[in-house]
Amino acid sequence: MPSLTFVHPDGRPETLETGNGESAMMAATRHGVDEIVGECGGNAMCATCHVYVDDTWIDRLPAISDDEDALLDGTAAERQSTSRLSCQIKMTPELDGLVLRLPDRQV
Amino acid sequence: MVPTVSIPTPSGDSTAAQVPIPSLDVDPFSMEFFANPHPVHEVLREAGPVVRLDKWNVFAVARYAEVHAVLNDPQTFCSRRGVGLSDFAKETPWRPPSLILEADPPAHTRTRAVLNRVLSPAVIKQIRDRFTAAAEAKADELVAKGSFDAITDLAEAYPLSVFPDALGLKPEGREHLIPYASLVFNAFGPPNELRRNAIERSAPHKAYVEAQCQRENLAPGGFGACIHARVDEGDITAAEAPLLVRSLLSAGLDTTVNGLGAAIYCLARFPEQWERLRNDPSLARNAFEEAVRLESPVQTFFRTTTREVDISGFRLDEGEKVLMFLAAANRDPRRWDNPDNYDVTRRTSGHVGFGSGIHMCVGQLVARLEGEVMLTALTRRVRTIAITGPVKRLFNNTLRGLESLPVTLTPA
Repeated sequence: MPSLTFVHPDGRPETLETGNGESAMMAATRHGVDEIVGECGGNAMCATCHVYVDDTWIDRLPAISDDEDALLDGTAAERQSTSRLSCQIKMTPELDGLVLRLPDRQV
Repeated sequence: MVPTVSIPTPSGDSTAAQVPIPSLDVDPFSMEFFANPHPVHEVLREAGPVVRLDKWNVFAVARYAEVHAVLNDPQTFCSRRGVGLSDFAKETPWRPPSLILEADPPAHTRTRAVLNRVLSPAVIKQIRDRFTAAAEAKADELVAKGSFDAITDLAEAYPLSVFPDALGLKPEGREHLIPYASLVFNAFGPPNELRRNAIERSAPHKAYVEAQCQRENLAPGGFGACIHARVDEGDITAAEAPLLVRSLLSAGLDTTVNGLGAAIYCLARFPEQWERLRNDPSLARNAFEEAVRLESPVQTFFRTTTREVDISGFRLDEGEKVLMFLAAANRDPRRWDNPDNYDVTRRTSGHVGFGSGIHMCVGQLVARLEGEVMLTALTRRVRTIAITGPVKRLFNNTLRGLESLPVTLTPA
């Protein structure tokens, strides 16, 4: 299973194993990563699983859909060029080692 | 009421291996059931992953896994044949079908995209201050009053003070809004007394709503005007816009009223949770969400099978109505620890109180905003919430809530 590292706002890294076909959001809520809320349960409707993708990884993720792009305009923490919704990042073997930085707030 | 579960013997005349589906003699649209559905929900969950309800000749799912799976497979479990008991392929709907709720992809995709943008997180940011100020004012008024009905004076009064304005409705006639929503949700049920009475009395409410959906009746800047503006962009037709506005009028108010009512009811019954919330008002948003999970203001919806399908090993034919017990899924012990407990710190992500999948409540962000700011305003002013009179239940074929909840607040 691909592993994934969340970097908390205080700089502390937290590495966790993801399940088969799981999204980064689902892995976070399953492991109790506090900074990921996921209010809509992964249906791309709420923008409360916002993450900043590490620079070295950003180009290796699938493109942003129009829906995700619109939702990212409404994130609680500032949108940056590396902003994504973690519910739209499906973990695959190619993403093993992915690093996602957590914003300081989601609502 | 102890429902009987009977397991039919498989009929020998089918070539496919038929797994017998347990049959239950419960009526999930009866007053007796509405008064206390939880023991029956448990029977439904424990009888099997899918059951048959003889009374209305439908199948039902009540466990989290199956409810979630049905919600997330709109190709197999369609909405265009109606999300109530009535099958639009066989019966004429009581009103023109909704272009979003009672639609499947690809038709649903376009209209959903329009409403997603009208009610997006970015839009919610813009209305937040206004909604917060109204909640603060309402909390001041209620604390000054001390004793009041938490349903009429709070759960109804607060959304009524913000939502119709946000939509851009005229001041006149707003008293039709809650009766109209109540009608819509009763109409999803079977042809019982609740549904018949609601439809018999529907004419003035329908006439009001139909008029308010027209472009000229909606104030500039509101959600309704934003929907009509999409006609100019070519995203929807001029004939479609009023029906999409109607969706917000149908689903945007009574649901939130019952959600807020549920939150106050929970916080009054679980005083230690109120104390926890007071000590950390940042939990207000989750406290509202947890009330939606526990009480599930929207209890059920139907889907219709578009083909023969297996649900967890049980075979259903094409054209069968499947009733999803959202409320039972939200308390399924297979998914939730201590499911009957109200816990303001619970990780609620994944509950189906707002649905799941492509039809998940489009107004969920507005509902959460209303819940969060109203509860936050109360935490800053109120020490205790006590129930001080008889609690009266609301009876509706789809919605669960209270008609009356007398409370007394002591100021902080």
